[in-house]
Amino acid sequence: MNLHKKRHRMSEWPGAVHFFDGGQQSAVSRACGGCILPEFHNPLLTDSFRWLMANKKMEIPIIMGTETEYGISVKNAREQDPVAASTLVVNAYKTSRDDAPSANSSVTWDYDQESPLVDARGFLAEAEPTITEADTNSAVNDILINGGRYYVDHAHPEYCTPECANARDLLLYEKAGELILEVSRITAERLLLDNQEIIIYKNNTDYKGHSYGSHENYLMSRKVPFDAIVDGLIPFLVTRIIITGSGKVGAENGSDEADYQISQRADFFEKEVGLSTMVNRPLINTRDEPHADDKLYRRLHVIVGDSNMSELSIYLKAGITSIVLQLIEKGVIGKKFSLKDPVAAIKHISRDLSCREQIELADGQEWTPIEVQRAYLKLAQKHLAPEERTPVVEDVLEKWQYVLDNLEIDPMRLSQHLDWVIKKKLIDAYRKRHGYKWDDSHVQMLDLQYHDIRPDKGLYIRLLKNGHVKRLLDREEIVHAMHYPPVDTRAYFRGTCLRKFPKHIYSASWNSMIFIGKSGGLDKIMMDRPHFGTQKIVGELLNNCTAEELVKEIRGNASE
Amino acid sequence: MSTEKRQEHIKRDVEETEEIQPNVEPGEMDEEFVEDLDSLLDEIDEILEEDSQEFVENYIQRGGQ
Repeated sequence: MNLHKKRHRMSEWPGAVHFFDGGQQSAVSRACGGCILPEFHNPLLTDSFRWLMANKKMEIPIIMGTETEYGISVKNAREQDPVAASTLVVNAYKTSRDDAPSANSSVTWDYDQESPLVDARGFLAEAEPTITEADTNSAVNDILINGGRYYVDHAHPEYCTPECANARDLLLYEKAGELILEVSRITAERLLLDNQEIIIYKNNTDYKGHSYGSHENYLMSRKVPFDAIVDGLIPFLVTRIIITGSGKVGAENGSDEADYQISQRADFFEKEVGLSTMVNRPLINTRDEPHADDKLYRRLHVIVGDSNMSELSIYLKAGITSIVLQLIEKGVIGKKFSLKDPVAAIKHISRDLSCREQIELADGQEWTPIEVQRAYLKLAQKHLAPEERTPVVEDVLEKWQYVLDNLEIDPMRLSQHLDWVIKKKLIDAYRKRHGYKWDDSHVQMLDLQYHDIRPDKGLYIRLLKNGHVKRLLDREEIVHAMHYPPVDTRAYFRGTCLRKFPKHIYSASWNSMIFIGKSGGLDKIMMDRPHFGTQKIVGELLNNCTAEELVKEIRGNASE
Repeated sequence: MSTEKRQEHIKRDVEETEEIQPNVEPGEMDEEFVEDLDSLLDEIDEILEEDSQEFVENYIQRGGQ
């Protein structure tokens, strides 16, 4: 039988179908020695799926996650080698975890599931795919028991949250990531010379024209036309910086001068739509890599946001963006708010600390960014169905309104709430005390150090500890989120399997887990439906079985 | 933490965070905050990286997305 020409149904996730198309033999099938993977089908899950579809009120409940690239520097190093430093930090976390059963395991990342060059507009970008060998793979990848991923991306340590079903969980898991970075930083620093320090910033720029990203991901229905997303989302993303901006001293990338601006990233965006993330960055990224069943889903990859320290900024960023995507799915936005020149507008808004200057819409109207945000809020209040207004959504709507009301009166009222305002207030006081100009290196240092993740050095963290900024989470639950996955997405299955069966897992990715069988063969389980694999669906099964039994259960159900 | 406890947490925190209010009326500074800010600025003077000029100049981050 020709394995690579045969269509295999191999997932226990209902309806998921995996294609092995012709051509290059995949790493997994090589590792399997060409064995034929079983056809999986689990009726247990099918019932839940039927229930969900029968009771669905929305097309697809939005699932979200963020990826944060951290800035890294080694003080007193003979020369800066950010790749080595990032690798050291990411690996240090593996050795730091006494409690983690996967401490010494070498679970690799299943790159077979990745397709970063597929464009949402329907074509495939041309570039050589990179292939990562097994040793390098496990050296630069850590799949976390909280369901997230921690790895070296180019020259940065990057943390990805697990898939989260609401904005509050997203905030929780992003904050857990900051702790994970700090634990690894401390562990890695022990390996350096006494006078060397590893410094890690959760920001987006080196102030010299190099930016690193904070990317958001939202799972959406494939049915929504991509053009509708572009039309509905651009005006929202351009104006949401008044809530989500992290604040930055100075200007970069050839943009107009500024002493201080609202957004760290605004200067780096040069076009409206495109695939690239490293140069000539687009407001809307077209990467079409759903990490799920691509017939049902798309994953919208939002690259225009800032890395936030403020809990409220993170919470609202995820909360209001997912609400707006729901509105786009409902088709209630269209081109209502289309801007005349969105790329210029985001830079303009970033430089207007009053948030009161108007920008021009495509139809000639002139609105302030607050007015644009209010219009989206109003549509949300009108069009969200009662069952979509979960406690978290309700809370997000209230806080969205609260923030807009206060921005309207005076943005400085939010000096304990939003990053760009908190930082502005701090810098204003600091400059006043010392008489520093905006371009003084002390002021730049303060800007950077606001984002320092060390509790003794990080200025945001000091403000938080002293009660000067608002808190939405408590420490206990953040620590918990370092070690346990969310319970209501497939991250539960991934994180729980990694915790329970670390020695039995060969490899994993967002939508696959490969188990090592008794005879050394490999069993790949596809997880193409992100709403499955939850505690409700697989909790009991996972609590009461061994790895062999789990795979057997899945095989058994498949052959029934 | 059990699921129930987490749910409780979420509920409680959502309720608690609803009371977010600005501590400062427009144009008016909260005195306690001004004092705290003063001591924070003292702290900043202590903890800000020394030789900030050299540090800021040498902080270069290529290869980001």
